[in-house]
Amino acid sequence: MTPSAADRAPGVLAKRLLFVTGKGGVGKTTVAAALGVLAARAGRRTLVAEVARRQDVSRTLAGEHAPEMGAEIELAPGLFWTTIEPQGAMEEYLTDQLPVRALADLLIHSRAFTYFAAATPGLRELLTVGKVWELSQPQRRTPGGQPYDLVVVDAPATGHGMAYLAAPRTFADAARVGPIARQGRIIHQMLTDPRRTGVIAVSTPDDMPVSEALILHRELPRQMGIELERVVVNAVQPRRFSPKEARAIRAARDEVSERGARAALNAALSQHLRSTANRRGLERVRRATGRPAATLPVLFEPTLGKAEIELLADRLERTL
Amino acid sequence: MSVAVATKLRGKRICICAGSGGVGKTTISAALAIGLAARGARVAVVTIDPARRLAQSLGLAELGNEPRLVDPARFAAAGVQIDGELWAMMLDPKQTFDEMVARLAPDASTREEVFQNRIYQQLSNAVAGSQEFSAVAKLHELHRDGQFDALVLDTPPSRNALDFLEAPTRLTSFLEGRAVRLLLAPPGLASKVVGRGTGLVFSVLRRVTGVDLLTDISAFLRALGGVLEGFREQANAVGGLLRDRETTFLIVSSPEREPVEEAIFFRDQLRRHDMPFGGLIVNRVQPAELLLGDPARARGALAVPLGDRLAERVIANASDLRSLAERDRASIERLQRELGEPFTVLIEEQAADVYDLASLGQVAGALFAEDAA
Repeated sequence: MTPSAADRAPGVLAKRLLFVTGKGGVGKTTVAAALGVLAARAGRRTLVAEVARRQDVSRTLAGEHAPEMGAEIELAPGLFWTTIEPQGAMEEYLTDQLPVRALADLLIHSRAFTYFAAATPGLRELLTVGKVWELSQPQRRTPGGQPYDLVVVDAPATGHGMAYLAAPRTFADAARVGPIARQGRIIHQMLTDPRRTGVIAVSTPDDMPVSEALILHRELPRQMGIELERVVVNAVQPRRFSPKEARAIRAARDEVSERGARAALNAALSQHLRSTANRRGLERVRRATGRPAATLPVLFEPTLGKAEIELLADRLERTL
Repeated sequence: MSVAVATKLRGKRICICAGSGGVGKTTISAALAIGLAARGARVAVVTIDPARRLAQSLGLAELGNEPRLVDPARFAAAGVQIDGELWAMMLDPKQTFDEMVARLAPDASTREEVFQNRIYQQLSNAVAGSQEFSAVAKLHELHRDGQFDALVLDTPPSRNALDFLEAPTRLTSFLEGRAVRLLLAPPGLASKVVGRGTGLVFSVLRRVTGVDLLTDISAFLRALGGVLEGFREQANAVGGLLRDRETTFLIVSSPEREPVEEAIFFRDQLRRHDMPFGGLIVNRVQPAELLLGDPARARGALAVPLGDRLAERVIANASDLRSLAERDRASIERLQRELGEPFTVLIEEQAADVYDLASLGQVAGALFAEDAA
C-alpha cells in the first residue's frame, strides 16, 4: 500500500480487516461489496471474503460464472473475491502446520479425523476465522498468495458472527499451551486491535434488525473488549412526501375512483408511512450509538447488478 | 389451483415454516397459528427469536421453555375472533439443550461433568446447528406430550437450510463414529479396537492441536458418552418426526432473488431428505393493484385533487413500485414452476411492520382466505 492510497481511504477503509455482520436478509453481502468497491477505488488492494457456500458477491459483481471454492478471483482492478469454506481452510492449515505433506494427507483422509473435526464444537468457526486472519496478513502463508491491504468479511448473522469472533480466544483458553493456543492468541490480538480490525453491523431501518445491531453494539465491548465500528442502515426509504402532502394524498382517496389513480395514492401513502417509520429506526441507532448511522437508500431495481453496487458505493461514501 | 389453506392443512399436526432470513417467517408462523386457533384448534407456536414488539403482542415477556396461553382478552381487544386456544413460546436453545442433557444423564455426576465442560458450554451456546437441534427436540417433546392439536415452528434464521434438516442426524452420526469409540475406550483397548493407523492419526492430531485441547474434547465426549444412548434415541425420534405424515413444511419466501433461490434449494433438499412439502407462502408482495390501470389516465385523474406537480410525483412513486411488482410477479411464477403444488399464498406488503394482534389477525385472514390461489 502506498501512503497516498491510505490517505485517500476513509478511516474505516484504512484498516486491514472489516467484519460485516447483521441479521439475515438485511443486505450484508451488498454492503460488503460496496465497501470493497470503495476501498478498491481508494487504491487499496481489497478482498471481499464470503463465509461458506454463497456466491452472491460474485454473481452481483462478475456475472454468473461461478469460481471454484477458495480461489481468489479478481473482479475489477484491485478488487478480489473469495469464499471461505472450513474444510478447505482446514486442509490448508494442516498442510501449513505439518512438516511433512504425507502427515497432512494422512489426517485429511482419515475418517476418524473427519468425524472428530466435524463434531468439535466451534472448530468450523475457528478454521474460518483462521483463514480470514491468514488472508489479512502482510506476509501470506498460502504459497503464492499475494497480500491484501484490506479484507472485507461478509460474516454470518449476528449471533453466529459473535461465535466466529470469539472462537480463537475460546480455543486458546481451552488449549492453554501448544500451537492452537499460541495461534489463537495471535488471531484474537488482531481481532481486538481497533487499528487493524473493525466490526460493522448492517441493518435495515426495521425494528428487529435495528435491535440486533444494537445488541451487537452493546455486546462487542463486553465479550470482545472492542467497540462496534459503525452501523450501516440499508434500504432506507427516501422521504418523498411531506406530512402536508400526505394529508392531501389521503384526502384525494375519497375523491378519486379511477383505479390506477387509487393504486398510486395507496402506494404513495404506504411509502410515506414506511419512510416515517424508517426515520424512527435511524433515530434509535443515533440515540443508542451516539452518532448517525451510515445509510444506503432502497433501490427500486428488480435486481442488483454491478452498476447498482457502484451507485451504492457512491452513496455509502457520503455517510461513512 | 384455488384452495383454502385450512383444507390443505387438515390432518397435519406439525407445520414447520422454513425460508431464508428476513422474509417474515416469525410473522407468518404467528399468523398461521392464529388462523388455526381461530378455527377452533388448540395451537402452540414455537418461535426462536421474535421481535420484541411481536413477543409483547403475544404476551411473552421473556424467554421461557414452556408454551403459555395467550390471553383470549388480548384477541378480543384486537377484534380477532378465536374459537380455540393460542399458546406461544420463545425457545431458549441453551436451556433446551441443558434440559435434554439433564434428562438423559444417568446420574448427577455425569450431568455436572457435561455442564462444567468448556467445550459443552460452547456447543450449547452459539455454535451453528445447536439452535436447530434444540428447536426440533422441543417440537418432538411437545408432540409427544400430545397437549396440542397443532404445533407451528418458526425455524431459526439459518444461512444454510441443511443445518435444520440434518441437525438430528449430525450429532448421532458423529457419536457413532470411530473417533468417539476410540476416545471412549480404555487406553489399552483403544489401539486394539481401532488399529495403528488411527493411533497415528491421533498422535499427529495431538501435535497440531496441543494436547490439552484434546484432553478437553475427550473429556467432553467421555462425559457425553454417559448420555449417548438417550441422545441417539432422541435424535432418531426427532428425525422420524420430520418425516411423519402429520408433519408438513411450509416454505416462506419474499419475492427477492436470494430468498427465491433459497426456497427452491430448500424444496429440493426436502425432496432429497424425503420430507413433506406442504405449500408456499410468498410474503411482502407488492400490491397487485399497482399493475392495474394506465399511468396517463391515472395522472389525469390525480391532477385536479393534487395539482400537477404532486400528481406527477405520486405517479413516479407508483411507477418505481410497479417495476418491483413486475419483478414480484416473475418471482412468483418461477417459484410456482420450481416448487409445484400443493398451494401458493401471496401476502401483500404491509405499510407498517406487523406486530400487533389486529394486524397479525389480518395476515391470518389473508393466509386462510378461501380464494387463495
